Amino acid sequence: MTTFTPTSAAETLSAVQWALAEEQPLEIVGHGSKRGIGLPVQAAHTLDLSGLSGVTLYEPEELVLSAKAGTPLAEIERLLADNKQQFAFEPMDYGPLLGGVAGRGTIGGVLAANLSGPRRLKAGAARDHILGIEAVSGRGEAFKSGGRVVKNVTGYDLSKALAGSWGTLAALTTVTFKVLPAAETETTLALRGLMDDAAASAMALALGSSAEVASAAHLPENIAGRVLDGAFAGSPATLLRLEGFGPSVAYRLAKLKDLLKAAPGLEEIGADASRNLWREIRDCAPFADGSERPVWRVSMAPSQGHRMVSALRMEAGADAFYDWQGGLIWLRMESDPEAETVRRLVKNLGGGHATLVRAGLQWRAATPVFEPQPPALAALSARLKNEFDPKGILNPGRMAAGADEASQVQTQER
Amino acid sequence: MPKPDAATLARRAEIVTDMKIIVPGEGVVDAENSMRVFESDGLTAYRQLPLVVVLPETVKQVSRILKYCNERSIKVVPRGSGTSLSGGALPLEDAVLLVMSRFNRILDIDFDNRAAVVQPGVTNLGITTAVEQEGFYYAPDPSSQIACSIGGNVAENSGGVHCLKYGLTANNVLGIEMVLMDGEVVRLGGKHLDSEGYDLLGVMTGSEGLLGVVTEVTVRILQRPETARALLIGFPSSEEAGQCVADIIGAGIIPGGMEMMDRPAIHAAEDFVHAGYPLECEALLIVELDGCGDEVDHLIGAVEAIALQNGSTTCRVSQSEQERLAFWAGRKAAFPAVGRISPDYYCMDGTIPRKQLPKVLHGMRELSEKYGLRVANVFHAGDGNLHPLILYDANVPGELEKAEEFGSDILRLCVKVGGVLTGEHGVGVEKRDLMPEMFNEIDLDQQMRVKCAFDPQHLLNPGKVFPQLRRCAELGRMHIHQGKLPFPDIPRF
Repeated sequence: MTTFTPTSAAETLSAVQWALAEEQPLEIVGHGSKRGIGLPVQAAHTLDLSGLSGVTLYEPEELVLSAKAGTPLAEIERLLADNKQQFAFEPMDYGPLLGGVAGRGTIGGVLAANLSGPRRLKAGAARDHILGIEAVSGRGEAFKSGGRVVKNVTGYDLSKALAGSWGTLAALTTVTFKVLPAAETETTLALRGLMDDAAASAMALALGSSAEVASAAHLPENIAGRVLDGAFAGSPATLLRLEGFGPSVAYRLAKLKDLLKAAPGLEEIGADASRNLWREIRDCAPFADGSERPVWRVSMAPSQGHRMVSALRMEAGADAFYDWQGGLIWLRMESDPEAETVRRLVKNLGGGHATLVRAGLQWRAATPVFEPQPPALAALSARLKNEFDPKGILNPGRMAAGADEASQVQTQER
Repeated sequence: MPKPDAATLARRAEIVTDMKIIVPGEGVVDAENSMRVFESDGLTAYRQLPLVVVLPETVKQVSRILKYCNERSIKVVPRGSGTSLSGGALPLEDAVLLVMSRFNRILDIDFDNRAAVVQPGVTNLGITTAVEQEGFYYAPDPSSQIACSIGGNVAENSGGVHCLKYGLTANNVLGIEMVLMDGEVVRLGGKHLDSEGYDLLGVMTGSEGLLGVVTEVTVRILQRPETARALLIGFPSSEEAGQCVADIIGAGIIPGGMEMMDRPAIHAAEDFVHAGYPLECEALLIVELDGCGDEVDHLIGAVEAIALQNGSTTCRVSQSEQERLAFWAGRKAAFPAVGRISPDYYCMDGTIPRKQLPKVLHGMRELSEKYGLRVANVFHAGDGNLHPLILYDANVPGELEKAEEFGSDILRLCVKVGGVLTGEHGVGVEKRDLMPEMFNEIDLDQQMRVKCAFDPQHLLNPGKVFPQLRRCAELGRMHIHQGKLPFPDIPRF
C-alpha cells in the first residue's frame, strides 16, 4: 500500500512503469475531490499527482495557459481573474454536493472529468477548450498530443480522448487550455411562476433569439427557495443569464424582456447576485444537503428534460431542477436510485445519458454509475482502453459501465 | 503510399461485380474515363485512379461495403465532396473509393433544440440554407463551404474565418452515426451534450477518414447575430498589426473574424476585385464585430482606438452591409487573386503563437530568397493560423518540388516557434512525412494505436496522416521489465 507523490513528469513515468512491471494497479488522484464519483477503484497503490503543481505557461494575449496536472484549479482561476480572463467552460465544483468542501480539485481532474457549467450550451465543456496534453499511458510511456495554439488539426485529438476518461487511459502530467476574456458584466432575468413545460418553451424562445443568452436554468417551486438565501422562495424561477459589455447586456436585456413580456413575472438580478446564483446552480447547491441521497446528472435534448421528469414522477419520488435550457437535469431520489426507471425513460424520450454522481456505496456497487453503452460501442470503448492501458493498471473499475464492463461484453461475445 | 496489393488488383473484376450487387443501379463507377473526375481532391498535384468508385445511398450499403472489404482485406478511401487541400481523399490504386455524395438529405431541423440532423453529403452551406428562414445558421465556414460536405468537415475538423469566436467543427457537432470498418454501425452523441463514456466523437472529429465512415451528423445551429460591421485597418509593418491584434484580445474583445494580409496578398486582391484596399501599407487587418447593434457600435470605437495607438495609417469602418462585404471580397478572393499573378500556387496551413508572426514572416522572406519563389500571406490573425501562398510554375521543371520544399521549411519554422503543421487543412498525404517534426515515435505510435481500436487491419484510408504504418500487433507489444524495475525512487508515504 504505497502512495506515490511525484513532483515531475519523469517521476510520474517511473511510478507507472513500476506499476506496470509489477502489474500493480494504481488509483490516480489529484485532490480526491471527485473520488466519490464512480466505483471505488480496486487498487492497492495510489498515484497522487497533487505534487505535480504549477502554471508553466500563461500568455493572456495568446489566450493560452499550461499547467502541471496537479495544479489547484482555484489557483489557476485566481490567476486568470487577475488578468480579467477565465475558463469559459466554467468547471463545476463537485465538493459540496459530494459532502466535501468547496474550492478543491486540480486542473488535471477538470479534464479527466470533462467538467463544465451553466455556460455549456454557449461555451462548451473542458473538451472544447483543451489544446494539448502530456500524459503517461498505462503502457508506461510518456506521450503528448495537440499543442499550445488554438487552431490545430495535426494528428488525432488524443486530448479529447482523455477528456472524461476519469484517469482510466493515462495519467495526465501537463494540460494546456484555451482561456478567454471574462465578461465585463452579467445580469439575470428571472421569469417567475412558470410550470416546467411552460419554462421549457420560454427557454427555447430565449435561446433561439439573438439575445445571446449564456445560460438558461429552471428551478421548480420546491427548489427555487434553495438558492440566493431563499430569494426565489415560494414560486418557480426560470433564469436567463446575459453576459458581455455593459451596453450590450442592457440592450439585450430589454430585448429579452420584450420577447418574454407574456411571462407572468419578470425580475432582474444584478451582476453580483447573478454570479452567485449561477455558481450555486453550477455546483448543484440545491442538492448539496450533506446527505447521501442518490443524485443523477442526466443529459438529454433540452426539450425532453421536463418530459422525462414528469414521467419519472409517475413512478418514483424525485426532486429535479434543470440547467442547459432543460437539457441537464439534476435529480435527487428518495433512497433507491431507481436506475432502471431513470435510464428507460431517458432512452424512450430521445436518448442521452444518466450518471449516478452521488449515492451510498451499496447503491454504486449495485448500479452502473455511468450509462451503459450498446454492445458495439462498448466493445469499441474497451478496445480504446486496451490500446492505452492493456494491463488495466490505471484506475481499474472506475468507469465500470464504460471500459471494464465492455471487456466483459467482449469476452461474452467470443 | 502503401504498395498496391497485387492480389486485390488481380481481383478487380470480381470486386466490381460484388459492389454492383451491393449498390445496384448507377452507384458503381468502374470505367476509366468516368473515374477520372475522382482521381484527385483539392490538392491537385497528386492524382491516382481508384480501383473502383462506389456511391452508396443507404447506411446498410455502407455497412455491407465495409464489411465486404474488411473480410477480404481490401482498402477503402472515403470521400465527401473532394475539396480537401491535403490529399485526404486521394484515391489508392488498390482501394475502393467510397463517395458519400448521395447522402444529401436534411433529415430533421429542430429549432427548439437548435439542432439539425443531416446526411454527411449535405454541403456546409446547405445546412445554413436550410435553416436561415428562421434566422439561424451553421457557424463553421471553411472557404470551400459552397462545395465541401459536412461529413468531410467532421473528418477534417474544419474551421473558417469565424472559429476564434464560434469554434471549429468539433465544437459545433453534437453527434454522429458512423460505420466502422467491420460494418458495425455506432451512434455517438445526439441532441444531448457530452458522452456517457470516452469522447469518441472528439476522437472521430479530425481523424481524416481513418477511423470510420460518417453516415449522419447532428450539428448545433445558432441564431444569426443581429448585426455585423467590419473595420479595414492598414499598418506600416506586420509587427504593428500583430500588436494591434494582441491588444484587441487583451482588451477582452473576441471579434467574429480577424484577418491579416501582407503586401503581396493585398496587391493581388486589390488588382483582382478592386475592394478599395490601401496599397501603401505592409499589413492590412480586417476586424469584424458581430452581435447586437449597441455592442457592435461600442466595440468598433474601442478597436479604432486600439488601432490608432498601434500606429495604423488607415482605418475605415463599414457603413453598410454592402461595404462590409466589399471589405471581405478581397480577402475571400485572395487565393484566386494570387492565382492570377502566378501560373500556380501552393497553399500552406501552419498555426503559430501569434506573437511569433514577425519572426515567421521574416524567416519566410529569407526562405523566399533562398528558393527564388515569391510568397503571399493571408492569416487568420485571431487564432494564429497562417496561409502562405507559394507562387510557382508547374511547367518549369523542378519548380513544384522547390515549392514543396519551401512549404515544408515554412512548416518546420512554424513548429520551431511553438506552432503546429496544420491549423485546418489536415495532414493527409501532404504533411504526412513532416509529422515527426512535431511528434516523436511514442506520440505517433499512440495515435496509431487509436487507429488499431477502430480499424486493426489499417484498411481505411491508409497512407494518410502517418509517415510509417506499423502493424497493430507490433504496436500492441509491450516491453515490460517484469520484476526488474527498481521501486521508483520518488517521494511517497
